[in-house]
Amino acid sequence: MKLNQLPFTFSIMFLTYLLSASNLYGEYADVVINRYSDAADVRPVIYPHWFHRIRFRCKVCHSELGFKMRAGANDIKMQNIIDGQFCGMCHNGEIAWSAEHCDRCHSGKPGLKSGIKGGDATGGPSEW
Amino acid sequence: MSKNNFSLSLIIPFVKYSCVFFIAQLLAVDNNKPSSVAIPDDRAWKTLAEDGLHDPTNPALKELQNPGEALSILSEDFKGVGNQVDWVRAMNKKLITPRSQIDKDAPLPTSNLDIILPDTGEMAMVRFPHKAHTDWLDCSNCHPRPFKAEYNSNPINMFAILAGGYCGQCHGAVAFPLTECRRCHSVSRKDFKGQPGPQPEPAKIYLPAKKQKVQ
Repeated sequence: MKLNQLPFTFSIMFLTYLLSASNLYGEYADVVINRYSDAADVRPVIYPHWFHRIRFRCKVCHSELGFKMRAGANDIKMQNIIDGQFCGMCHNGEIAWSAEHCDRCHSGKPGLKSGIKGGDATGGPSEW
Repeated sequence: MSKNNFSLSLIIPFVKYSCVFFIAQLLAVDNNKPSSVAIPDDRAWKTLAEDGLHDPTNPALKELQNPGEALSILSEDFKGVGNQVDWVRAMNKKLITPRSQIDKDAPLPTSNLDIILPDTGEMAMVRFPHKAHTDWLDCSNCHPRPFKAEYNSNPINMFAILAGGYCGQCHGAVAFPLTECRRCHSVSRKDFKGQPGPQPEPAKIYLPAKKQKVQ
């Protein structure tokens, strides 16, 4: 190896180390919603963006249904959903399965911190 | 959170992106030429039970779809990049047909306008394609906030983006991550002959992610 390539190689190694540590779990863009769940003694909700964007464009939830595009900005209570707001716009037994299937959404490990997972990290080669 | 942890949580992202930008500048290349080497599909996804988020003791897990089952058949992106799926291409190829309204699939207002943003320091200029964005989003998702619908009226900068503002509201959270510098910073200042700003049609047609030149 040429000597002048050394800083480059070390930078790549260091970068790989930094990036590899930060995306340990969840699928990219999974949202953990645990504002009320732990206190109510149910599992936190894991919302998978990947599953929903196969079926709906972003604008359906983020424009038509009014979900704000920031994790933590939507104060979702179970009563809202039963009343047909937020998730309940679709999860009503007509467009998608109804809210009686608690464990399908309330499926996270107890104690998880709310927020979007996957974050700003990538394990890919990028395109420098 | 202890004081020590808090200061670490501030410093680590900064160190990360300092490195990213430093290396990005070292490796600036033209990525418009197709790569001659085919990159094999080496993507893999964790199942829900082993992803560290889902509770493996939850009996309803078996009623849910695993990411790999759905995502492995969609257009490839690089291993480790976001969902490892090129979502725009998957929709254009009709591998997925997501609805544009809650109960039906009506046509959306789309735009073909490419905008070249020249205020990028030493990085290549940014080409913003409206097409890929309006395929998924409504105008009101981006205009008038966080972007005023007028060229040169938004003080877009990487610090704000890395903190989750502007492009960073989606990129780095749900759209391809911010470490893919060259996907946006794609216009070489040296080779570009036209005027920055709104570009005449036709809009740029992008190669599949894995066929773009990596280095």
